[in-house]
Amino acid sequence: MIPTSVHARGVSKKYPGARGVQALQAVDADIGAGRFVSILGPSGCGKSTLLRCIAGLEGISSGTLDVAGQPVAGPPDGVGIVFQQHALLDWRSIRDNIVLPLEFAGKPVARHADKVDHLLQMTGLRDFAASYPRELSGGMRQRAAICRALVDDPPLLLMDEPFGALDALTRDQMNADLQRIWLETRNTVVFVTHGIAEAVFLGDEVLVFSPRPGRVAHRFVIDLPRPRPLAVRETPEFGRYTREIRELFGQMGLLDEAGATAS
Amino acid sequence: MNRSTVAAIASGTASVLVLLVIWEVLGRATGIRPVVLPLPSQVLVELGAEWHWYLGHAAYTTMTTLAGFALSVVGGVLIGTAVASSRAAERFVYPLVVALNSVPKVAVAPLFVIWMGTGYEPKIAIAFLIAVFAIIVDTLHGLHSVPQDVLDVARVLKGRPLAVFFKVRLPGALPSIVAGMKVAVSLALVGAIVGEFVSSQRGLGYVIMSAQGTFDTVRVFAALVVLALLGLLLYGLLVAAERILTPWRATTA
Repeated sequence: MIPTSVHARGVSKKYPGARGVQALQAVDADIGAGRFVSILGPSGCGKSTLLRCIAGLEGISSGTLDVAGQPVAGPPDGVGIVFQQHALLDWRSIRDNIVLPLEFAGKPVARHADKVDHLLQMTGLRDFAASYPRELSGGMRQRAAICRALVDDPPLLLMDEPFGALDALTRDQMNADLQRIWLETRNTVVFVTHGIAEAVFLGDEVLVFSPRPGRVAHRFVIDLPRPRPLAVRETPEFGRYTREIRELFGQMGLLDEAGATAS
Repeated sequence: MNRSTVAAIASGTASVLVLLVIWEVLGRATGIRPVVLPLPSQVLVELGAEWHWYLGHAAYTTMTTLAGFALSVVGGVLIGTAVASSRAAERFVYPLVVALNSVPKVAVAPLFVIWMGTGYEPKIAIAFLIAVFAIIVDTLHGLHSVPQDVLDVARVLKGRPLAVFFKVRLPGALPSIVAGMKVAVSLALVGAIVGEFVSSQRGLGYVIMSAQGTFDTVRVFAALVVLALLGLLLYGLLVAAERILTPWRATTA
């Protein structure tokens, strides 16, 4: 598996219609191969739209968007995706859900049993391989969705607020788990979130999006050694990053501690 | 069968028995004539004496019901899938389906006798026609109810359309299709009886019509009892089928 790079030049996205929303406005972004890049922004800023465009689920209105050096026209090869909702198939066991990408790719499922076992082991789901999704907690379902996204070794992993529906403690656990998994896989990850701490904790880089129409307001390179323990979030270095990002949000009128109404 | 199912069946049976006892007691006390309302005990005696005859007619009605039902499941899923899989079909075929459905099927039953004669064919056709709309509508509903996220995952994974249909869309629609089948099996029974009302020499619908001609109310009630049992049996079979077809779901009986 060779990690994929993603390059966006002047990418705009306007939804059709007379009152069509301008979701993205001239987005420039370079996501290097093997990098973990967090895309951080307020709700409705178009960061999920960018992710869906990279996935080939939606077309762009102007600009160029390349994945692995190829312009995106429909879903590119070798992409794993995780949404906020697990999107598992209710009628399949966890193991059968995880092998779905292999089935779609026409690969013999039996020959990848070790790979599936390893993923189940890594995500603590080994004892739940035969369970149905509804029998699992929200965090476990999301882990299963991550296993599914990784089973076919995708060079590019796209994650759209994957932990947004989880409670704070589960979310911490998932952040630690995701970092551990990623240090092993080392594929390129685009991780969309609206959590500042989560974006900094996981990312090699954080691209901060402005409110709609979305564009990259600033790029932070997170220079913290890995593996990062959860306690890294209490260090002054970590605090400096989150403070800078918070101040940037303040300048964009998204955070107002004086109590005046922010739009 | 788990404990709550057994309890539900026991309490259901008990309430029916209590009703029958009240009916029997009130019937005897008021001395109402059997031609108006027979006593449960008279119906029971009739069924006991002629059970073989009733069973034969019940078998005929069951056969036409199941044949009509089976055709409605196959046809309904195929039509529902065709309508769901193309915008054009949805625009042109679905209004037609809705328009046809708004015609009371009972009213077209005589037409089928003209077309198909007085054998089992028109009964099966009417059973099919009455039941098929429930399957079409629920198939369509089921196929549309697959979450967009799930379909997006399938698209990103570049699943072929046929693979996506059989691995994602159809299983996703199955709970809805099975719910439609539970409705359709009862409707198919209605269709079979309607067919027998219009013209028949056999079946429980024929038993009721011929007994009406001789004012044999006991026989009408006996046939109704057999019909009720048949309806319960068919529904029970569908609930069992639901558990086999959709084991990942908690069943609602």
